Amino acid sequence: MAEEDVLDMLEAEAIHVMREVAGAFRRPVLLYSIGKDSSVLLHLAIKAFAPGRMPFPVLHIDTLWKFREMIAFRDDTARRLGLDLRVHTNPERVTPFTHGAHEHTRIMKTVALRQALDEGGFDAAIGGARRDEERSRAKERIFSLREPGHRWEPRSQRPEFWWWANTELAEGQSMRVFPLSNWTELDVWRYIRREGIPVVPLYFSAPRPVVERNGSLIMVDDERFPLSPGERPLLRQVRFRTLGCYPLTAAVESKAETLDEIIDEMRLDRRSERAGRLIDGEGGTSIESKKSEGYF
Amino acid sequence: MLRVIACGSVDDGKSTLIGRLLANTGSATEDQLDYARNTRRGGSTIPAGEVDYSLLTDGLEAEHEQGITIDVAHLFLDLPSGHRVIIADAPGHEQYTRNMAVAASTADVAVLLVDATKGVREQTHRHLAICALMGVRAVIAVVNKLDAVDYDQAVFEKLASEVLSAADDLDQVASVIPASALSGDNVVDPSPNLPWYDGPTLLGALSAWEPPDRPQGDYRLPVQYVIRADDFRGFAGTVVGGPVRPGDSVAVAGGGVESRIERLLGPGGGDLDHAGPGTPVTVTLADDVDVRRGDLLTTPGALGNGLSPATAYSATLVWTAEEPLRHGRSYLLLAGSRSVPAVVTSVRGRMDVVSGKQFAARTLGLNDIGTVELTTDTPICLDGYRTCRETGSFLLVDRVSKETVAAGMVRHALRRGRNVVPHAYTVDRDARQRLKGQRAKVLWLTGLPGAGKSTIANALERRLHAMGLHTYVLDGDNVRSGLNKDLGFTPEDRAENVRRVAELTRILLDAGLIVIVALVSPFRTDRAVAKSLFQPGDFAEVWVDTPAEVCARRDPKGLYAQAKAGTLPNLTGLGQAYEPPEHADLVVDGTGSLDDATDELCALLHD
Repeated sequence: MAEEDVLDMLEAEAIHVMREVAGAFRRPVLLYSIGKDSSVLLHLAIKAFAPGRMPFPVLHIDTLWKFREMIAFRDDTARRLGLDLRVHTNPERVTPFTHGAHEHTRIMKTVALRQALDEGGFDAAIGGARRDEERSRAKERIFSLREPGHRWEPRSQRPEFWWWANTELAEGQSMRVFPLSNWTELDVWRYIRREGIPVVPLYFSAPRPVVERNGSLIMVDDERFPLSPGERPLLRQVRFRTLGCYPLTAAVESKAETLDEIIDEMRLDRRSERAGRLIDGEGGTSIESKKSEGYF
Repeated sequence: MLRVIACGSVDDGKSTLIGRLLANTGSATEDQLDYARNTRRGGSTIPAGEVDYSLLTDGLEAEHEQGITIDVAHLFLDLPSGHRVIIADAPGHEQYTRNMAVAASTADVAVLLVDATKGVREQTHRHLAICALMGVRAVIAVVNKLDAVDYDQAVFEKLASEVLSAADDLDQVASVIPASALSGDNVVDPSPNLPWYDGPTLLGALSAWEPPDRPQGDYRLPVQYVIRADDFRGFAGTVVGGPVRPGDSVAVAGGGVESRIERLLGPGGGDLDHAGPGTPVTVTLADDVDVRRGDLLTTPGALGNGLSPATAYSATLVWTAEEPLRHGRSYLLLAGSRSVPAVVTSVRGRMDVVSGKQFAARTLGLNDIGTVELTTDTPICLDGYRTCRETGSFLLVDRVSKETVAAGMVRHALRRGRNVVPHAYTVDRDARQRLKGQRAKVLWLTGLPGAGKSTIANALERRLHAMGLHTYVLDGDNVRSGLNKDLGFTPEDRAENVRRVAELTRILLDAGLIVIVALVSPFRTDRAVAKSLFQPGDFAEVWVDTPAEVCARRDPKGLYAQAKAGTLPNLTGLGQAYEPPEHADLVVDGTGSLDDATDELCALLHD
């Protein structure tokens, strides 16, 4: 019972935030990364404006290295929900193998996002980030101000009193908005189960071709993955806790094939979900320093 | 869902207590625990290989590197009952008041730490006072570090009675728990070291918390967004007072229009038979009533003690900006989705948050809390903060930087704010303009002292007068010798000077005159506010651009000489900055010929 109350209150807060964005900003956009949080975000955005239509377009930053199943799921979702989906790819086109994980992420995600927001003239971008994801996120605002050039200035963030944000923008400023700030990973899964929200099948355990590198299980999703001499993908029973670029997202061994099993597994597994992200720990630069450059 | 503010200064062991709570309830992940096991802060006495619980609540890299406290951290905890606790951890550094106030603004309960080795301190009183001010009525005080005083019951009893009496003075309901965050006594599990205590642990006290009954009365529904679909027009927002039911009578607060709620839709669009505070809803009305974002739907005044619009309020402000409050300056007042220009007309006092006493003050600076009176340009419906946090609170926002400068809590509407009703006269500006055969307009000349504003105004007025046009010049010095005799040259007084001149200009414009203002008006914000009082096309900002050294050489009033001698501290351009216009309607070269300047200004009148 209490679990349902928590989900109701989290839903209420997220809907309140979505409606505020729609009302206060000139040109908002919803950032859609195809993952579970994005799927919840999209579901909430549709609920918030029913029986009307969601009043903003949906933006996906495609690095060209997403899992194939993600792209198929994205296009299905857009068709199913009749979304105004915009897809942007940075024409620079570097790869995780030629430039390394950090540069790839910076150029193909952060810079690409800045390009897409500027080109679209978007003054508010709604994202699915949560405060429980990473230490620096615990201090993130729900309405996170970005200075000209999408810079995140920790010291100019606005104090958030009560339930209403200061949504006024000065010249060149924009806003990133995180309606799922107060959700935990477990809340996301419980809500997906309660609402019957479709998610990418990669979250569920299945035999998948993986190679083991530096202790991480990396799925070989297409022929672009450069195998070392003698290296051969083996079928392992794995699933993913977060989804990103396939060469940078480690799988976990798991038998969880259903939502109930995922939720049970999560209760026992006390590792944080981002442990599988190869880009977060690199070179001591966390989400925080990426945010300063305009990452969401 | 329970929202908690954790307070107490850093040394009281707040981080350790919260870390304990997270770890011992299974709310911390394995890698977070590993990090806390393998990392050590400088000076830490925790043995290697043990968890430093304080590191679980750790914040931003930037905070560590720069030694600054940036923000409130939000941490989550699931109680055994399944209830969610959101802990707002406001670090106790120099910016505490603002951070504390932010965290307290949504909190249900305060967890207040008292260090058993140091006793009840100024900080304890300050935290209690801020919580009380922001409406946090329930306090769980934790007397921490009891291990360091040999679990002495007498020490605890003494501190407990001090805290209880302090909370009682502030009308708060408090309970006190003896604990040691470091050794884990009474945080999650009852401690064998405290056999004399039979009350709850901290976790137990949090679990036992029940939300107080909210008075059932008038409902409040601030409209955030108007949802339109085929044959559907619904008003979406989160209920903040209630309950609301289909069939309820409804009024747009302050608007006088009444109708009835036809349908009440929940998230996703399904019909509901009632909705209480915190529920996002969409309502449709029985009549075709004009309702917009920012409107407040409520029980009609005749049925309850409804809201009535006012333009003047008494309020408590928590000042959050580096730049101090300028009375007379126009700020944006944001209340929910509503936004209206507002001016703080007077500061009644500043609160000493330790003693709770009010002191006389002229302005408020960063982290100050004070009582003020403010007026809004248009009437707005606000509740008292004690009646409803959501409709009794507001933000003040700087009109240029858009920074939040203050958080406000309404004490009450002022009577005078309700009794002023503008009267529409039949002879209006158009009628007066027609009689004079001219179009009224304002030419606002700004520039450094000695730039030549008065000289140009004089030449221009002579030319217009010769053409048979009706004019008036408002000269800075002349106005200061009468109407604004009481004002000095501080930034606040300059804001008020500009405000009064702008209001007078508005009257003269209404009289059908061409008004020439010759006023240094050094600050961009003040000029922007002045301009905002006029319709587009009625007001032209003219920058008389003369290099500072030319002005100083001219020095027609001997001001620069005085400033140089040190007897005039606030001279614009020397003691105070001059902010030149960024988008002036006309820039006049103050070193050029007077005829050219006059020609250019005449041309503006024909635009």
